[in-house]
Amino acid sequence: MNTSIQFDATGKLRHFLTIDGLSRELLVRIMDVAESFSSVTEQQVKKVPLLRGKTIVNLFFENSTRTRNTFELAAKRLSADVLNVNIATSATSKGESLLDTIRNIEAMSVDMFVVRHEASGAAHFIARHVAPHISVVNAGDGSHSHPTQAMLDMFTIRQYKGDFSKLKVAIVGDILHSRVARSEILALNALGTEEVRVVAPKTLLPIHAESLGVKVFHDLDQGLEGVDVVVMLRLQKERMSGAFLPSEHEYFSYFGLTQERLAKAKPDAIVMHPGPINRGVEIDSRVADGPQSVILRQVSNGIAVRMAVMSMVLGGYGETHSGGAV
Amino acid sequence: MNVERIVIKGGRVIDPKNGLDAMVSVCIAGGKIITVGDAPLGFVADEEIDATGQIVCPGFVDLCARLREPGQEFKATIASETAAAAAAGVTTLCCPPDTRRVIDTPAVVNLLRERADSVGKARVIPIGALTRGLLGKELSSMMALKTAGCVAVGNAFAPVENLLVLRRALEYAANCGLIVVVRPEDQSLRNRGCVHDGAVGSHLGLPLYPSSAETVAVAQTLVLAEQTGAKVHFGQLSSERAVAMIAEAQQRGIEVSADVAIHQLHLTESAVIGFDALAHVNPPFRSLADRNALREGLKRGVLAAVCSDHQPHDPNAKLDAFPATEPGISSLETLLPLSLQLVEEGVLDLSAAIARLTEGPAEIMGLEAGSLSVGVSADVCLFDPNLLWIAKGADWLSKGINTPFYGLEFKGRVTQTLLSGRSVHCL
Repeated sequence: MNTSIQFDATGKLRHFLTIDGLSRELLVRIMDVAESFSSVTEQQVKKVPLLRGKTIVNLFFENSTRTRNTFELAAKRLSADVLNVNIATSATSKGESLLDTIRNIEAMSVDMFVVRHEASGAAHFIARHVAPHISVVNAGDGSHSHPTQAMLDMFTIRQYKGDFSKLKVAIVGDILHSRVARSEILALNALGTEEVRVVAPKTLLPIHAESLGVKVFHDLDQGLEGVDVVVMLRLQKERMSGAFLPSEHEYFSYFGLTQERLAKAKPDAIVMHPGPINRGVEIDSRVADGPQSVILRQVSNGIAVRMAVMSMVLGGYGETHSGGAV
Repeated sequence: MNVERIVIKGGRVIDPKNGLDAMVSVCIAGGKIITVGDAPLGFVADEEIDATGQIVCPGFVDLCARLREPGQEFKATIASETAAAAAAGVTTLCCPPDTRRVIDTPAVVNLLRERADSVGKARVIPIGALTRGLLGKELSSMMALKTAGCVAVGNAFAPVENLLVLRRALEYAANCGLIVVVRPEDQSLRNRGCVHDGAVGSHLGLPLYPSSAETVAVAQTLVLAEQTGAKVHFGQLSSERAVAMIAEAQQRGIEVSADVAIHQLHLTESAVIGFDALAHVNPPFRSLADRNALREGLKRGVLAAVCSDHQPHDPNAKLDAFPATEPGISSLETLLPLSLQLVEEGVLDLSAAIARLTEGPAEIMGLEAGSLSVGVSADVCLFDPNLLWIAKGADWLSKGINTPFYGLEFKGRVTQTLLSGRSVHCL
């Protein structure tokens, strides 16, 4: 895959668009840097001056609450200035092209775009066309990639489980439309996970799913057998009208995560979900709020991981501040 | 009336229609071929073209080239694109009906023809719309289109509303003696997809345009072609299965033909890796097995023609996230070198490669073109099969530079093109 676009001529990470093509070492370093920032977020004064004077633009062409909020908080805790561009009320709805939108904001002397867009490849497109001093961080493009979500999930798994080489991970649900699943699969494989599984009805699996580097299951009980980590994906309401599934009820009956089903996994298995969750659709409340759930931990880890990525891409963190906490 | 006498000497003349591949002369007078072989007694040429080291063949016949005029002159014009055609050795080109005034009335047919004639670089054969406005609901005025000079009608990229409309359109076209050019695409199966349903598309999370969107449409159309007796031509196939179904139908004696776009014979699904919008085409590049089956179909003659499927765009058309970009490649000027590459790779011999660009397409459309037969219009292409050139800058005439091949070096280039004995391009 053509991922060289993510690095500058000296091999430094310039954009963060996809996990594809990133080395295990780099992924580990992102997690190490995130670890050092975790303490920042627990302090009374939750701020470090790493990106002081930098301007970060949250460019969200698609709605998001959690991701945008955690990116914003992460940027502020790094002391960057943040501009939130609300595309619903901006010029693209008046017919301005994507490239013109980018050019206009670029002219305001900004340093980073955090981009979410409904089209796969949008972040790549923007990265290819921004001025040389600007970095792009992909906050989700279509069904393609959501690399910071994947990294915060890896970070969470590492906190609870440690060594990836001994882990079996099952990703359950709408794999077909999921950028989270695609990025997680790449990250889990790069980190040497023993077995990555996807569990879904055929209508919600990508064609040639095995080629992504996973074992495919169509039965939840079988798919959960002996796993250490269960990642549940959100089921969009549109999947019913699109004839992917008959009903939420049928989906929950066969693919919803309940206490009984979770018992198939290892006793100490953790349950994750990138949110927002549909209680009673893909996951039972008792599981979502239960002792094995680490869903809220994922959210708080999201800030540390996004701080890590932004500081590595913009501030050269790891070269000038290599090592421990700030 | 062109009375100039021309002799093309010293070249290797390849005319597949007449089974000719020899070092002979071609004599032209009054815009027509008068002999291929020795000059007739008393023939004194006003002009002598030295074709030493060159191949002399019929001008190419392109079954699908979009000129963007009328209506999208910001992308390209008849003048710019017929000049590109002449530089590519194409002397006859069929223009699909989806101009922005759809070709569904004699007025638009005449307008296209008149503008092309006034530029005088290539013969333009407008394909009429199969349905009024290409809306897929009502039949176009096919009799009137035929009277205006159309030889074929087609659906371009527009869906026909349902199979009943398609059946009646085929019946009516058959009744008019019109060929029906079908771009097979089931809209519901395509569902806004833009890349092949293979591992690459899956990996990139792009909306998938499955092969079945093509094969289902081919299957349905074949059934109706057989039922109605319409003469159907399938344009720009992309899948192995579609080639197999058409081969089977041809074996059973159904009168169907098919062509393939030149780039489909070279690129595969991996061309879109990195979200390269220049490789965004409709139908999409498919698997290596599909590409190889297209090559095999071409070799066996199931696909009797290679077309450029030329779609010039303005720069903005490709400047967006991949799914939002407009599909299509500006492909006239790489038609010959990419065809010669097939010869180099052992897919076809030179004569067969030329046949797919001349005799094959001309026969499909029933055109008196694509040969050097005595008495036909002297549409001649001269090319140097070994000339190296770079496809860019002043060597690129189309207004569209939207091609993954732009800037690459190619072997083989058209050196001169004659249209009715008149030089319309000279390197």
